Amino acid sequence: MLADSQVVRRDGKLALAGELRMADATLVWRKLRELAAGQKDRLDIDLSQVGVVDGAIMSLLVELRDDLSTRGVACELVGVPSHLEPIAHLYGAEQPPHAKPEPVREDPVSRFGRAVMQVVTTVEHVVLFFGDLAASFGRSIRVRRTANWRAIPAFAVRAGADGVPIVVLLNFLVGFVMGFQTARQLQLYGANVYVADVVGISVTRELAPLMTAIIMSGRSGAAYAAELGTMRVTEEIDALRTMGFTPGPYLIFPRVAALALVAPVLTLLADVVGTTGGVFVGQTLGVSARGYLAELQTAVFWSDIWTGLVKSFAFGIAIGLIGCQQGFVTRGAAAGVGRSTTSTVVLCLFTIVIIDTLFTVVFRTFGK
Amino acid sequence: MTTHSTSRSELSLRTSVRTGKPMIEARDVSIGWGPEEVLLEHASFDVHEGEIFGILGRSACGKTTLLRVIIGLEQPLAGELNIAGIGAPVLEGDRPAYGVMFQQGALFGSMTVGENVALPLERWTSLPSAAIAAMVRAKLRLVGLEEAVHKMPSELSGGMRKRAAIARALALEPSLLFLDEPSSGLDPVTSAEIDRLIATLARVLGLTVVIVTHELGSINAILDRCILMDRDTRSILASGPPAELRSSPHPHVQHFFNREPEVA
Repeated sequence: MLADSQVVRRDGKLALAGELRMADATLVWRKLRELAAGQKDRLDIDLSQVGVVDGAIMSLLVELRDDLSTRGVACELVGVPSHLEPIAHLYGAEQPPHAKPEPVREDPVSRFGRAVMQVVTTVEHVVLFFGDLAASFGRSIRVRRTANWRAIPAFAVRAGADGVPIVVLLNFLVGFVMGFQTARQLQLYGANVYVADVVGISVTRELAPLMTAIIMSGRSGAAYAAELGTMRVTEEIDALRTMGFTPGPYLIFPRVAALALVAPVLTLLADVVGTTGGVFVGQTLGVSARGYLAELQTAVFWSDIWTGLVKSFAFGIAIGLIGCQQGFVTRGAAAGVGRSTTSTVVLCLFTIVIIDTLFTVVFRTFGK
Repeated sequence: MTTHSTSRSELSLRTSVRTGKPMIEARDVSIGWGPEEVLLEHASFDVHEGEIFGILGRSACGKTTLLRVIIGLEQPLAGELNIAGIGAPVLEGDRPAYGVMFQQGALFGSMTVGENVALPLERWTSLPSAAIAAMVRAKLRLVGLEEAVHKMPSELSGGMRKRAAIARALALEPSLLFLDEPSSGLDPVTSAEIDRLIATLARVLGLTVVIVTHELGSINAILDRCILMDRDTRSILASGPPAELRSSPHPHVQHFFNREPEVA
């Protein structure tokens, strides 16, 4: 424990004594600051009575010397015993006071300009990325080894089969909740049997494709971004380039193709379990399973189902492309991969809603 | 003075702080990834206070694994390890008794270099932020990186990253420092600068330093003693000062120090 007598003001100097180690650093720092406060002219730091000093304390002494010098107060470390000369030398006590490096601060106009340029550059990169991909698509179909098409089954299993439990569970619950929320309104009008119409149409046209796409964004889109982002920061993508591969088609096409294939399949499964969720609600309203299914057949048309499947196909392509694009532009290490993964999920959700809106407008316009 | 200007004569003074007291004692230690994949069997050695001790060997012989066992990141398959002052190596929950520099630096990419060095100080001291900032600057100045305090690790070269990692390892004023391949993958000048930095730190701060390396330049320049591990016999082939090992008649030791391929 630091004694008061170890850091004192004596003969116009700050005099330190005894053993000074990191454990006492907080007290030494406060005491030094207190004793040096308001000093106008010269204030040297006398180490002649110091037995031991470690790097932490020496850092603080040099910092105090630098601070005082900045304020125009001449300060030097004096009386350094010979056994402490090496550590004083190592920490630059004999050098002229060090200037503190300041972080570069930009004015608001520059910051705004930089932000605008960042957006422009990002858009440019995205356009170039998709342009390059589109340009290489034809070649990757003609020349089989341009894209790693053999990887499609493995990616399809990961995105599709492995995702079945979560797709089944969530879509069943969504169908169930949808039926439950409308049941009360239908009961008021004695239109209990129409629960099949509400659940059937909303699930097949909107809810099943949307819910499946949301699940795929979180599972597959984020996984693609993390996987390709890690490959990017560990120079695996550069290694592919040096071996003559074009990484875009080689890595991206099989992933996107796998998602485009499994998205409609998962959506079809979601249609089935979602409408099944409504059966249970129908039971509570006195609608038998047979009656529910009969009503479902009259209410839901094939066009409802295939519009949902077309949408999900587009969602699959969009999720795959966004995940891969974000992975490809990853910079930095672990933090960069995290940022890409987050952006992927956000961009996917945004894009899914935009695509859904466009499809809804188009289908309604053409009467589907 | 910057650490880079440390002269050769200063390096030779380093041995003056050696006390001969064991800082690390390894007794009958076996390491590996289970009984099927043993890398080293029944090895015993001591690391003395104040010395720069090398763990040498060819690639994949288990040097880094031995280091990870000594610092407590992995458990030994058998045997005992004792670190002066703490006994068995302990991690997590206690203030670290030693500083570690990993092979690639392991700086946190989301923090500036200064924040990386400040991290252990913020966790384990109650110093005001101005004092922490002062210590961070001093540590970075030691390794010649004061100007990089506000930079991100991704803006640094490989050598700078390693120096920043040494600064972080020194933050809590440890008396024991572990360095995993500090000068590998660097150009000869940067590699020599890092060697000199390590030698200066060991001499001036009285540190005990354990280095994993296979760089002959570093081995000859800064090590006081070393052990040479062998992946075929899963043993320590030789131990002692590098000069003694170089004159060992053992063919494997000769192959290693003379950079000769081992012909079957």
